[in-house]
Amino acid sequence: MIRVENLRKFFPVQSGFIASLLNRGNIPTVKAVDDVTFSIRRGEVFGLAGESGSGKSTIGRLVLRLYDPTSGRVVFDGIDLESLSSEQMRRMRSRMQIVFQDPLASLNPRMTIGQAIGHPARIHMPELSPAERRNHVMEILQAVGMNPPEAFYDLFPHQISGGQRQRVVLARALVTSPEFIVADEPIAMADVSVRAILLELMMKMKEEFHLTYLFITHDLATAKYVCNRIAILYLGKLCELGPINEVYSHYAHPYTRALLEAVPVPDPRHRRTEPMPSGEIPNAINPPPGCHFHPRCPIARENCSIQEPPLREIRPGHLVACHYAEELLK
Amino acid sequence: MPEDILYSIRNLTVEYGTRAGPVRAVDNLSLDIRRGEILGLVGESGCGKSTIGKALMRLHEVPARITAGELWFDGRNLMELPAGKMPEIRGAEIGMVFQDPMTSLDPVESILDHLTETVLTHEPKTSGAAAKKRAEELVERLGIRRERLKEYPHQMSGGMRQRVMISLALALRAKLVIADEPTTSLDVIVEAKILDLLKELQKEFNLTILLITHNIGVVAEVADRVAVMYAARLAEVGTAEEVFANPKHPYTQGLLKSVPNIELNSAELYKMGGQPPSLLHPPKGCRFHPRCPLVMDICSKEEPEFEPVIGDHLASCWLYQEHEGRGSSERHEVHNA
Repeated sequence: MIRVENLRKFFPVQSGFIASLLNRGNIPTVKAVDDVTFSIRRGEVFGLAGESGSGKSTIGRLVLRLYDPTSGRVVFDGIDLESLSSEQMRRMRSRMQIVFQDPLASLNPRMTIGQAIGHPARIHMPELSPAERRNHVMEILQAVGMNPPEAFYDLFPHQISGGQRQRVVLARALVTSPEFIVADEPIAMADVSVRAILLELMMKMKEEFHLTYLFITHDLATAKYVCNRIAILYLGKLCELGPINEVYSHYAHPYTRALLEAVPVPDPRHRRTEPMPSGEIPNAINPPPGCHFHPRCPIARENCSIQEPPLREIRPGHLVACHYAEELLK
Repeated sequence: MPEDILYSIRNLTVEYGTRAGPVRAVDNLSLDIRRGEILGLVGESGCGKSTIGKALMRLHEVPARITAGELWFDGRNLMELPAGKMPEIRGAEIGMVFQDPMTSLDPVESILDHLTETVLTHEPKTSGAAAKKRAEELVERLGIRRERLKEYPHQMSGGMRQRVMISLALALRAKLVIADEPTTSLDVIVEAKILDLLKELQKEFNLTILLITHNIGVVAEVADRVAVMYAARLAEVGTAEEVFANPKHPYTQGLLKSVPNIELNSAELYKMGGQPPSLLHPPKGCRFHPRCPLVMDICSKEEPEFEPVIGDHLASCWLYQEHEGRGSSERHEVHNA
């Protein structure tokens, strides 16, 4: 359904006027996304995981063309998004939506819930009369479990709970009947007891509305419950990609191993067995040469700092970018 | 107070004045922190856990007010100390580590200045050179190279800043460190390393740590004992092994089942119905009863005591307490839960 090819996004680093004169034509850039290729199948939940600064949210925005890529392309349902005019892109947007982490920041505090959800419908479905639109919003509210919808329609975002706000944001995303939703850390702000309910709701909506999700998260434990396939990012590059159970039980990249090992397990008898990689994720302005992970990698060898490992298929459907992936594979 | 208890919270009540009336964020809560332990205090947002952390150092600010209770720290009731004496205890005897190190550190002071200032404020007789030496030893122990002492907070990564915060808490050999969500803003790999560090320090310095967090996994990794809070009160307290293996309170049971566990292969998470109550109008009786799958008649009428279920494992739940109308079928239900 979606194909991302050699996608790159470099952000120029802000610098002062004098510095930019001195460095003319040579402005440093943050390589947020660097040559990423993957595709998302219709009807699947594709997970994108990594630490902060790995470029996962940037990819989410590039896929929706909320950012223009530095190079590379995004093909949605056979259409290269870059070839579209802004008017065509505007119409395309009704088919793709995004849900952000912080529902309070995503909702206009001066719009009622009914107005907020009805807003995209007003833009993308001008054929609806105000009464029809109201009915449509009510139906969607009911679908996301806001019952009775009349009780919520005229409330403002601050008058409902955080979990309900995230339902409203989801309802707003669903109102134009999209096929594809980018969910950027959709439950990170919610409390534990609310998270499970929101996840279930998202999965229910997926079935009901035949959706495809790009699920962006830093939480590998949650990803395990919802994703069909997952891609692990490090400093703007893909380390590993494959079906979720394959990646979790037969990981072949040392970074994936470290990430999985670091996830806190809610069981006091559980003990970590692998030592954690040294240091922290470096700055993406000057990423290390060769494999980006090599300075922190426990199995790095000489050529890791010289040669960049290609993303290659190590088992069916399981791709990994490491010269020594076979050594880790279980 | 028994020797093995470092901090004893007795019947603490903290209220916030709001336009709609006073809100009890901590309601008549008693809890002991034992010497040398890591006590994990868990609960969802708004349950009052951070309010406790602040109240323990009397750091709460208007509109919060301690309206009742005693705070026994190392043999003294801090509530009876004049407010002017508190700064001597804060930092020196009780250290604090917050979630966001960037807002807790002074952006225009180097790390070295932070540390020496802390030492010299509390121990004015120390020479500058001795304070510097102490700072160097301390940060190296915490995994920061001593050359980095001259750097400023913005030059360090989140994990390094949190190490600086811990070193500040330890600079005066505090007996108790209150860590409020110390790893919440960090990535998992850095988080794992900070948690390992806290455990090492606990052993090495015989440190007592109150770890306040919403993250059940973090508590399982490091805590010796766990206290679970719900709506301004304690639901359950026990050793980490006991609470995770045999949770007694239905809230704890639900909470543990709703946490994603990467080690398990189950496809489903438990979904707890409802949401935490407003503390302006908490439900009558047990505060969890509107959401409780095992609710009984008495739960909505009377509040259960917070008392031992077995040994060291306490819970406030009618399932384990004598009351009228209790039948054998209910007992049966408990065992299946």
